[in-house]
Amino acid sequence: MKDTVRGWRHIPQRYNLIGSKCLECGKVFFPKRIICPECRRKGQLEDIKLRGEGKIYTYSIINTPTDEFKTIAPYVVAIVELDDGAKITTQIVDCNPEDVKIGDEVEMVFRKIREEGDDGVISYGFKFRIKK
Amino acid sequence: MRDVAIIGVSQTKFGELWDISFRDMIVEAGMGSLKDANIEGKDLEAMYVGNMSAGLFVQQEHISSLIADHTGLVPIPCARVEAACASGGLALRNGIIAVASGYHDFVIAAGVEKMTDVVDPTPAIATASDQEWEAQQGVTFPSLYAMIAQRHMYEYGTTREQLAMFSVVNHKNGAKNPLAQFPFEVTVEQVLKSSTVADPLTLLDCSPISDGAAAIVLCPADMAKKYTDTPVYVKASTQASGTIALHDRKNLTTIDATVNAARNAYDMAGVGPKDIDAVEVHDCFSINGILAIEDLGFVEKGKGGVAVEEGMTELDGDLPVNPSGGLKSRGHPLGATGIAQAVEMVWQLRGEAGKRQIAGTEIGMTHNIGGTGGTAAVHILSV
Repeated sequence: MKDTVRGWRHIPQRYNLIGSKCLECGKVFFPKRIICPECRRKGQLEDIKLRGEGKIYTYSIINTPTDEFKTIAPYVVAIVELDDGAKITTQIVDCNPEDVKIGDEVEMVFRKIREEGDDGVISYGFKFRIKK
Repeated sequence: MRDVAIIGVSQTKFGELWDISFRDMIVEAGMGSLKDANIEGKDLEAMYVGNMSAGLFVQQEHISSLIADHTGLVPIPCARVEAACASGGLALRNGIIAVASGYHDFVIAAGVEKMTDVVDPTPAIATASDQEWEAQQGVTFPSLYAMIAQRHMYEYGTTREQLAMFSVVNHKNGAKNPLAQFPFEVTVEQVLKSSTVADPLTLLDCSPISDGAAAIVLCPADMAKKYTDTPVYVKASTQASGTIALHDRKNLTTIDATVNAARNAYDMAGVGPKDIDAVEVHDCFSINGILAIEDLGFVEKGKGGVAVEEGMTELDGDLPVNPSGGLKSRGHPLGATGIAQAVEMVWQLRGEAGKRQIAGTEIGMTHNIGGTGGTAAVHILSV
């Protein structure tokens, strides 16, 4: 897949957690949406920079990853409930996987996500770590 | 709308079918269903085939032409239907709609998947989730269901052993199904001790990588008796959508698409959960079987694990679940699953299910999920 273009297109969202907020109902979305599913055509979405702090809503420790993520297994993935409103799927890093639990407070960090083969581009973006 | 009947069914053996190709499987299932229906291929007017990803699994798109060609049925129209693991359920629904509407009289609804021709099917399976905002973060498909399980355990106290019991019951049934991929029993200890795939789910919580195909012949209900003494009638065929990404659900322990599809199905059939004699649910992972019996209204939310532990879902229980062995033991060739579920229910309703026959089955339900609940299809069938 041409991650060069696909990754570049998402740089604001992946580097800086730019989501959408509906001015009509106040709901926050990540990733960005064009239409607010609640308000439909009455809704009005504008970009919002999410603060990147929240709590672990649920998580799993992956022992059997795809090839791309083999070198980091076992690793923790989670759905984080952001303080700003939206839920987000992410890796939890800088931790002992066994210590992670639901409700842990986490914050966003900027990290390398994956490589497109040996000669391809390196994708960067958000991961989260447990707040000290 | 016309009432619709099922007059023929067929399923290939499910498993790692090294010596059988994609096209051979669908031809075998299709021909089997025509023979069972006592009709000729030339009587067919349309074919709908559920398939998740021939493109990624066998590098073949345009399977509609391939299938019409190799079943010897050119120029009959064939359409591929895709909704990840719910592709089969959708193919069935599309076939039913075609007959109910009066557009066609004789239609095949089939499903096929060849998953073992690739070294690693994991990336292809992961495309059932949100590729950009789930899979690219390093999330695997099993880990999404593991996160649902984690949350279900957290909110309702569901135990690891209860999850394992779902697999145990499936295997107990599948051991009686000669077409099952894994026709043998397993114990709770074996499930718990099998390797961890995505904590808390182990290998034996997960449905396998499978090859297989299944097919069903549909016709107007008032014509069915001309072809078979044991027609099975379609009482409801519904489908609902949910969000593609798990993180966008308000609540992770309920699959809204199942709830919505089930409610509409009960309305359409004029029955309730208590009227269902047997059900085939989409247990791609043990936790999803537990969610299904809750979301379909058979037990209160959060009580699914306890119900399984207490034997409710066994063949001789109050509500037999997955007499075929389910996705776990029968196997889960993605696009074929929704059709195979209905094939099993037809055998149960006809009284042809051999050692796993549930006595007196008159109304059966099938439940097919795509992704983590982005799509759900529910069917209610009756004698």
